[in-house]
Amino acid sequence: MPKIITKREIAPNIISLKVTAPLIAKRVKPGQFIILMTDERGERIPLTIADYDRENGWIRIVFQVVGKTTAQLSQMNEGDELFSLVGPLGNPSKISNYGTVVTVGGGTGIACVYPITRALKEAGNRVIAIIGAKTKDLIIMEEEMRKASSELLITTDDGSYVRKGFVTEVLDEVLRREEDVKKVWVIGPAPMMKAACEVTKPYQVEMIVSLNAIMVDGTGMCGSCRVTVGGETKFVCVDGPEFNGHLVDWPEFMNRLARYGRQEKLSFEPHEKSYGEKNG
Amino acid sequence: MADMIPVPERMKMSQRPMPEQDPKKRTRNFDEVPLGYKKGDAIYEAQRCLQCDPPPCVGGCPAEIHIPQFIRKIVEEDFASAYLEILKTNNLPAMCGRVCPQEEQCQRVCVYNKMGKPITIGRLERFVSDWARKQDTKEKLPEIKKKRKLVAVVGSGPAGLTCAADLAKMGYDVTIFEALHKPGGVLTYGIPEFRLPKRIVESEVDKIKELGVKVVTDFVVGLTKGVDELGEEFDAIFLANGAGAPQFMHIPGENLNDVYSANEFLTRSNLMKAYKFPEFDTPIKVGKKVVVIGAGNVAMDAARTALRLGAKEVRVVYRRTKEEAPARVEEIAHAEEEGIVFDFLTLPVRILGDEKGNVTGMECIKMQLGEPDESGRRKPLPIEGSNFIMQVDMVVNAIGTTANPIVARSATSVQTNKRGYFMVDEKTRATSREGIFAGGDITRGSATVISAIGDGKKAARAIDSYLSSGGSLRKKTPT
Ligand SMILES: Cc1cc2nc3c(=O)[nH]c(=O)nc-3n(C[C@H](O)[C@H](O)[C@H](O)COP(=O)(O)OP(=O)(O)OC[C@H]3O[C@@H](n4cnc5c(N)ncnc54)[C@H](O)[C@@H]3O)c2cc1C
Ligand SMILES: Cc1cc2nc3c(=O)[nH]c(=O)nc-3n(C[C@H](O)[C@H](O)[C@H](O)COP(=O)(O)OP(=O)(O)OC[C@H]3O[C@@H](n4cnc5c(N)ncnc54)[C@H](O)[C@@H]3O)c2cc1C
Ligand code: SF4
Ligand code: FES
Repeated sequence: MPKIITKREIAPNIISLKVTAPLIAKRVKPGQFIILMTDERGERIPLTIADYDRENGWIRIVFQVVGKTTAQLSQMNEGDELFSLVGPLGNPSKISNYGTVVTVGGGTGIACVYPITRALKEAGNRVIAIIGAKTKDLIIMEEEMRKASSELLITTDDGSYVRKGFVTEVLDEVLRREEDVKKVWVIGPAPMMKAACEVTKPYQVEMIVSLNAIMVDGTGMCGSCRVTVGGETKFVCVDGPEFNGHLVDWPEFMNRLARYGRQEKLSFEPHEKSYGEKNG
Repeated sequence: MADMIPVPERMKMSQRPMPEQDPKKRTRNFDEVPLGYKKGDAIYEAQRCLQCDPPPCVGGCPAEIHIPQFIRKIVEEDFASAYLEILKTNNLPAMCGRVCPQEEQCQRVCVYNKMGKPITIGRLERFVSDWARKQDTKEKLPEIKKKRKLVAVVGSGPAGLTCAADLAKMGYDVTIFEALHKPGGVLTYGIPEFRLPKRIVESEVDKIKELGVKVVTDFVVGLTKGVDELGEEFDAIFLANGAGAPQFMHIPGENLNDVYSANEFLTRSNLMKAYKFPEFDTPIKVGKKVVVIGAGNVAMDAARTALRLGAKEVRVVYRRTKEEAPARVEEIAHAEEEGIVFDFLTLPVRILGDEKGNVTGMECIKMQLGEPDESGRRKPLPIEGSNFIMQVDMVVNAIGTTANPIVARSATSVQTNKRGYFMVDEKTRATSREGIFAGGDITRGSATVISAIGDGKKAARAIDSYLSSGGSLRKKTPT
């Protein structure tokens, strides 16, 4: 059984877990994800593998508490075992020496873009990394990202740290300043990825996004995760999660993310309430 | 003990009907619809059997069950022996008794067809295995001599479970690798509770584990480890990963929010127990007016699930007629009794929605049957100008599934055909690579539980003869 070996709250409501998973750690490549269940009645939720140690057989996941399952996961402790953990799922990022590349992470997307950034730098690229969040407290993994990139730019929506503004604005400045950016990776909330695609469009640069579609099995069996890319239906779990952002049908994708809005509230609210009562 | 009734009397007895849950009540619960024979029903029906020699029914059974022998034991009220008789050839009787299309197999060739209604072999099989499950005593397993050869089975559907159980009975050390968190394949994630209760699947899987079979869940062959890597650790491999990838029609509107594949809809409900939401965390939606596209078993299961989840109206659209519908006759009848409306000779051409992604309707065109095609079925042709809009707010697509390439991609020199199915020798289930065998839906496309079981049995025999004659994958490198 996969066991939680370390747990850290790295920002308010953002938790980092290291979990034993020797088989996954052995095979994982940057860009891949896992699906886990906290208990038998739980939902299967996908989370990106933010880091891994092949020798010691663990993987790291970083998540934000947004609903019932992430809340439940955040209440588990070191030594606890997950009911289910499967992976590595999805296709790895295409890492190679392209020259100059930009990686952008927003919110927990920083954790997702981290292993890609590191691998790109190791492959010889000059990697300009941009990370951003609503406010200073929510900037995560700054030191890791600094080490993993050639240059790190930070921004906060409210200006409480380094500079004020969205990552998309910083991205625009970088693209204007740099002559020869070959590829851009952007991972974060859907509206941010969509906005970033609009920013990069005029620059004729290859634009990669990692889509956080709603999944069930994560192996191509259900089609819950489908998305239209370049006019064709794709399954995020087996055809992605990375796609050319300029070809993604964003309105459709964002509609599909809201599919269970009503049910999610129904399942989270009683949970919050009972947890609140138990824990004062 | 009931005596054998003289043959002429027997032939005058009529087929015992199956007690069922009332259609009005059952659409509001997920409990099993056919309630099962009582002891008296079973004995009565068993007494009708003519104990033919040779018995034609056995030839109709892909699992080669010793049918008259087990039926005879029912007449003798020796249900334990009846069960052991079935177990000799079929490891999954409680499931087969419920979901096999006996009307096309054993019961179709029963001699009674010439003069009346066949013996209800499936119902008797179910009776015996349900009786056995309720007994506390475990069947004593015969002493098995262990063989020190390792076999890997990919997928825990009926093909994988059967092959694993047969090999374990021969003494092999068998490990099943399953991608999902629960074993059973379609029996677990696809077929609903009201047709095949999950505790029955679990108990049959447990019996197989008791034979010594190891089941590793959460292991996606091709991602967690490839077939090639398994080949370095195991002496033989059986590929039984099913044909689980859902197909779509490629019509406009298919990715609207309330358009489901049957696989997603059924997996949420069955595997994840979304019908018990919010007691279980996985959500599911159901519209007021639901339409299911397709008329196979999968479509019937989706339609009947939608009804039970609270849909006010459920329709099934199918481009051919009732005669061509691939679902079991019994399942179509059940659906009709429950009030599901069928629109035959109807083809969806477009799904309509609003800007938030809600489904607002489905445009269809009427069809007519033309000349027979290569398959001998009359080809449905659209009637020009017959388009109309069906008022629906949810669509479930049940037009079929196909091969998922994940396993095949990790299996060097195991040949697939152009549709992605493994190519095998019919008799031995051997693939193009020595030591690797394949069976079930991944070798023929979506079929039946019993054909998957039949493949599992054939493969087990072939794997035994391969390993007994000194074969081992571990000695070979793929070429
Ligand atoms: C490939 C992939 C990688 C991801 N990586 C990360 C990560 O590294 N860190 C992180 O914090 N989040 C990540 N996510 C998002 C994460 O899966 C969701 O936040 C999580 O499922 C929410 O579950 P919940 O029950 O707590 O919240 P809910 O209340 O169920 O949902 C909150 C929101 O999360 C999304 N969501 C809900 N259920 C699912 C589901 N089964 N699959 C996908 N999304 C769902 C919906 O858009 C929903 O509006 C990733 C998603 C994908 C598809
Ligand atoms: C809704 C529905 C209703 C049906 N009703 C009937 C019926 O009434 N009667 C009947 O006879 N037939 C019915 N069928 C068809 C029947 O269920 C299938 O033909 C049968 O289950 C095929 O068995 P299988 O062992 O080949 O594969 P499956 O049952 O599909 O099992 C394959 C298993 O392999 C696993 N797997 C897939 N990929 C991997 C991987 N990469 N690594 C590890 N594991 C993997 C899957 O998760 C699954 O558990 C129905 C099918 C469906 C979907
Ligand atoms: S064919 Fe019918 S009557 Fe004859 S043995 Fe089989 S079940 Fe009995
Ligand atoms: S999550 Fe089921 S197909 Fe992608």
